[in-house]
Amino acid sequence: MDQEKPRAHHDMGGIAKFMCEPVDIEPHGLTEFDKTVDAIRQILGAKKIMSTDELRRAIEAIPEDQYLRLSYYRKWIRSITDNLLAKGVFTEAELRAALEEP
Amino acid sequence: MILAPGTAIRVKDDWPEAKGPVHIRTPHYLRGRPGTIVRHLGDFPNPEDLAFARPAAKRPLYHVAFSKDVLFDGQGTTDELLVEIFGHWLEAA
Amino acid sequence: MSNILETDGERLLQAVLGLLAKKGIASPLDIQAQIASTDNATPGQGARMVAKAWTDPDYCALMLADGTKAAEALDIPMRGMPPLGVMENTAAIHNLIVCTLCSCYPRAVLGYPPFWYKSAAYRARAVRDPRGLLEEWKTVIAPEVKIRVVDSTADYRWMVLPLRPAGTEGWNEAQLAAIVREGDMVGVTVPSV
Repeated sequence: MDQEKPRAHHDMGGIAKFMCEPVDIEPHGLTEFDKTVDAIRQILGAKKIMSTDELRRAIEAIPEDQYLRLSYYRKWIRSITDNLLAKGVFTEAELRAALEEP
Repeated sequence: MILAPGTAIRVKDDWPEAKGPVHIRTPHYLRGRPGTIVRHLGDFPNPEDLAFARPAAKRPLYHVAFSKDVLFDGQGTTDELLVEIFGHWLEAA
Repeated sequence: MSNILETDGERLLQAVLGLLAKKGIASPLDIQAQIASTDNATPGQGARMVAKAWTDPDYCALMLADGTKAAEALDIPMRGMPPLGVMENTAAIHNLIVCTLCSCYPRAVLGYPPFWYKSAAYRARAVRDPRGLLEEWKTVIAPEVKIRVVDSTADYRWMVLPLRPAGTEGWNEAQLAAIVREGDMVGVTVPSV
């Protein structure tokens, strides 16, 4: 079933690839980075700038190798940036300039 | 029309992800599979439109039960799955 | 476009923070206030609900009928949060919550989702091999008890109302709340004394 159907890579229920992979059940506290990204998402949601489904869609658009490699909140900041660029909240030129700032 | 609890349904065997960028909330492992309506959870804006910032009409959302034996095992387990599925993904069994 | 999105996340965050402040969308103070308010949501909130449901049949009925109202009845902020649904464990049914598509989690009452809940292994295995998955926590559900895996795919967020363990007769709500853990309210563990 895994191979025949065009399953999206985020759609993980029951897929064979992870059936024998152990679950890391240790607690991992959130970092300041994680909490900051999470807070941005909530503020953008409350201000109706970006919906939960828009956040998810741009996470799902991350290519599979990176989707599996990036941490949870690294995927989020990438999706948030993708959405804010697409919505014209800031331009790519503005983002490049901000990335250049020390 | 709102489907009543106990109604036998089938999840549509559709794969819109093969046709272009989409955002759908119906897991792949349920497509084409039979289930039973447990209850109508309310009507919610269609996430498939919300994800692209399009106007999103409200659609009925159901809790639907599926036999784990039918989905995966075939060895007689009574374990089940309970999943939120939008009405437009359901068809008569 | 794809290149710039592949910028390291820490750098991307700093740039986005600067732009959001400049555009008047979110100041550093706004961000700090949001983090502080999010930190108030912890599994302790859900545990208070469970303990009250164990001792107050009317509250238990409310919680099963409308989790959002039950949370609000204990002054847990629910405004702007997705509706909360509560799945009741019984002698015949054990519930296990997963989100196979992303990481939907009842954050208002349990806080940030734990690391394992977001992992590929948890998301993949929960629906296909829940009993094997529960072995990771050394949780064994008797074969005659049905496991109901709740795949949280849409607008609700789901928590488990676990069974009250034997040996807690006569305990008050605070004592009971203290034994209810995060995993008990997701269904990967069961409370014990």
